Amino acid sequence: MSEERAPRLHVPEPELRPGDDPDFSHVEIPRAGAVRRPDPGENPEEMRDLAFSIIRVLNRNGEAVGPWAGSLSDQEMLEGLRHMMTLRAYDARMMTAQRQGKTSFYMQHLGEEAISCSFQKALRKGDMNFPTYRQAGLLIASGYPLVKMMCQVYSNEGDPVRGRQLPVFYSSREHGFFSISGNLATQFVQAVGWAMAAAIKGEHKLSAAWIGDGSTAESDFHGALVFASTYKPPVILNIVNNQWAISTFQGIARGGAGTFAARGHGFGLPALRVDGNDYLAVHAAAQWAVERARRDLGPTLIEYVTYRAAGHSTSDDPAAYRPKEEGNAWPLGDPILRLKTHLIGKGLWSEERHVQAEAEVMDMVIAAQKEAEAIGTLHSGKRPSPRDMFEDVYAEMPPHLVRQRHEVGY
Amino acid sequence: MARMTMIEAIRDAHAVAMERDPDVVVMGEDVGYFGGVFRCTAGLQKTFGVERCFDTPISELGIVGTAVGMAAYGLKPCVEIQFADYMYPAYDQIVSEAARLRYRSAGEFTCPMVVRMPTGGGIFGAQTHSQSPEALFTHVAGLKTVVPSNPQDAKGLLLAAIADPDPVIFLEPKRLYNGPFDGHFDRPSKSWSKHELGEVNPGYYEVPLGKAKVLREGAAVTLITYGTMVHVALAAVEESGVDVEVIDLRTLLPLDLETLVASVNKTGRCIILHEATMTSGYGAEITSLIQAECFYALEAPLLRVAGWDTPYPHAQEWDYFPGPARVKRAIATVMEA
Repeated sequence: MSEERAPRLHVPEPELRPGDDPDFSHVEIPRAGAVRRPDPGENPEEMRDLAFSIIRVLNRNGEAVGPWAGSLSDQEMLEGLRHMMTLRAYDARMMTAQRQGKTSFYMQHLGEEAISCSFQKALRKGDMNFPTYRQAGLLIASGYPLVKMMCQVYSNEGDPVRGRQLPVFYSSREHGFFSISGNLATQFVQAVGWAMAAAIKGEHKLSAAWIGDGSTAESDFHGALVFASTYKPPVILNIVNNQWAISTFQGIARGGAGTFAARGHGFGLPALRVDGNDYLAVHAAAQWAVERARRDLGPTLIEYVTYRAAGHSTSDDPAAYRPKEEGNAWPLGDPILRLKTHLIGKGLWSEERHVQAEAEVMDMVIAAQKEAEAIGTLHSGKRPSPRDMFEDVYAEMPPHLVRQRHEVGY
Repeated sequence: MARMTMIEAIRDAHAVAMERDPDVVVMGEDVGYFGGVFRCTAGLQKTFGVERCFDTPISELGIVGTAVGMAAYGLKPCVEIQFADYMYPAYDQIVSEAARLRYRSAGEFTCPMVVRMPTGGGIFGAQTHSQSPEALFTHVAGLKTVVPSNPQDAKGLLLAAIADPDPVIFLEPKRLYNGPFDGHFDRPSKSWSKHELGEVNPGYYEVPLGKAKVLREGAAVTLITYGTMVHVALAAVEESGVDVEVIDLRTLLPLDLETLVASVNKTGRCIILHEATMTSGYGAEITSLIQAECFYALEAPLLRVAGWDTPYPHAQEWDYFPGPARVKRAIATVMEA
């Protein structure tokens, strides 16, 4: 027997901290087009390698290469670029609005635009996302009105959820966007339940669960995997690994596991790892998982490898816990620039049209903002009535709430 | 009309609801093939198939979490938590999700589900099979909390709960599953199916949520209680020789305050009896409401009789349980005031 020694607590640490030079040389990035594309009906046991690589389509020159390329038409790619640009412009305006005191809080998507914008294009009406707080691209790509989104952020009278939710906690049944909860990971297992309901009813609908790398530590994540692997309903389990859970690096939630995608293997689920900054790769993986769900082949787990270039929220300062230039050094690049380069390479786009499109998108966002602010902002203008506070607690207001509402004067 | 145990009445309610509404789905640990550890769902899987009544992994969080998604989709899940003591892993899904979904989405998503769980002691279940967590639910906006005390109510309340558009916590006093209970642990209790109080209406009927029932009219004291303690109260009142009015709340939230206030205004004295621990228990809520509403009619301080503020012990179960003797002492105390 080898020599005993007192145990030590092994606390994972990121390699770099503020003041260090950004360095991602340890992140293994396979060549675009290098990862095979099995048939969606293939036995999950036969594709375990896909949880340890990264599916990429766009190469350094902006060319779409390999077996995962070709899932989108030219028109769809142009639309995708516009969606990502819209989300970025929307973020910029809402960030500023928060700094101007027009709302209390905001969370932006900088660097992660491809994931939600692209995934949505693989879905159809009737499918339901169970998002967390960094998937507003699902709404934008489904054509949800920007003014309504802004009214939600401003908690004004036009807010569809009547000023009850934190900014960015949108909800739209019609657009397949489940009401967001602030309690992390709760939606992950609910998405599985939604898909179970579709299976019980025999209806052609699927659900998509969304979670961040940090929240995979919650029991709800594991409960969702257990139920998904037991009942095999049409659900796509998405993990957005953006490297940071506020100030905590992804290694804390991941522990010794190889990848987050590999968590699916203990449950017999097919698991993909995808370049989250590659609009085309995200779409191809989503479409592959959607096909599995539509053919009643069961759930798929997908890990999107990306980087949260901005702070966690307007209340966060990432300079306090990571190298300042780390976002720019992220080896998978900027999702908008990458798709733009691809489209220019194909002769579908140009630098001039891009500059013009940026201006158009910004004009559209500013016009929407003016319209929303004309209704009101958090501290000024028209707000939902205090009477609203008592509505929707129950379908029918019970006597004790009626009494309390009267006490407020309504 | 047939006589049934509470277990049979609950099973009958499930069958009637599932027959009537194809969206009603039953799930939980052991509820499918075996029919539940207390047999409340026996036979449902055979009658309605595995997609309407099925076993789940041992994950209360998973059971309630998936049920929230199913309810939001449009089904009416009626889930069983094997013992209320096991619901804590699911508490976040109940409190932060099921209870709030309608509110936070302004009615766009709703959560019409029932979470059934056996509660209370009296079966030598020690601290992890005997808890009465009702106050943890009545404190939560968006939930309704129901506790039946007999088979007829159990069926009608469960049918009303399943039909309700909001999440309902349905607490089943397991000491009453097989027969009424007079509070004396050393006396054998007769099965409901042989007892005149075990009569249950056939077919579909609802006992409306939010309506208390005056079980015994009286002029001297109002005794407010629910669940297993209804039977302890009736036994104690009979032995006390005092003209006590006994009210079974049936639904704790929404509370039928009107019935309580009318009674206490008439009697001038009030005792609240429950099995759960006393401190911050549901009795505190009723005491406060009655004090505010009936202050000038009161002739004695309001008294609470409840479980002691300890975990539920095994060997000392009957010392913990609020029995008729403690209730009689409370009646005597308020009558002296």
